[in-house]
Amino acid sequence: MNFDKEFDASGLSCPLPIVKTKKSLADMQSGQVLKVIATDCGAVKDMQAFADQTGNPLLSSSEEAGKYIFFIQKK
Amino acid sequence: MSKKMAIIATKGTLDMAYPPFILASTAAALGYDVQIFFTFYGLQLLRKDLSSVMISPLANPAMPMPVPMPVMVQMLPGMESMATMMMKQKLKKHGVASLEELRELCLEADVKFIACQMTVDLFEFDKSEFIENVEYGGASMFLGFAGETDICLFV
Repeated sequence: MNFDKEFDASGLSCPLPIVKTKKSLADMQSGQVLKVIATDCGAVKDMQAFADQTGNPLLSSSEEAGKYIFFIQKK
Repeated sequence: MSKKMAIIATKGTLDMAYPPFILASTAAALGYDVQIFFTFYGLQLLRKDLSSVMISPLANPAMPMPVPMPVMVQMLPGMESMATMMMKQKLKKHGVASLEELRELCLEADVKFIACQMTVDLFEFDKSEFIENVEYGGASMFLGFAGETDICLFV
């Protein structure tokens, strides 16, 4: 999937992946896509909840070799 | 209009310092308008220098210890510093942010910190030891905000 910016949250625990995803989205334009990589398994449900509550669509959520990959579109 | 959350932080130990800052920074990231009211020992979390925020194994039977430790040993001098050092190492190893970092993330996200003026006077705290982004107020001021929140927590 194409993306405009990447944030690697590997090694970070709750709440940093979410809080810093929010910060990463801050300077992006509406419609742009942020790729987030996390190793905290709690991030899977948290990222969905973040997307639901902030209205930034979670385009994809997957696992690859122990890493969780998310694509979030800025609303 | 955005949702609101209010937290009352009353504890000043390392373990009890985390929940308010974690919830506040997360709620702010989700778009909540957040205020934390620091009262009694919670005021310690507003110090510029947080190195005195510690965890004690004493009277804390739920704290997981690497080896079982009798209470008589836990009360020896230096045990508190040792437990704090070990807890901080554990937090770091697991990628959990330091208190300083979480507090800074709260401030960056416009979480409002209110210090209980009565407790500041009661314990004769020196306001110059506190960070600058703090407002001083009382219960009525806090309740004015808390009464209109979606979530209100006592920690």
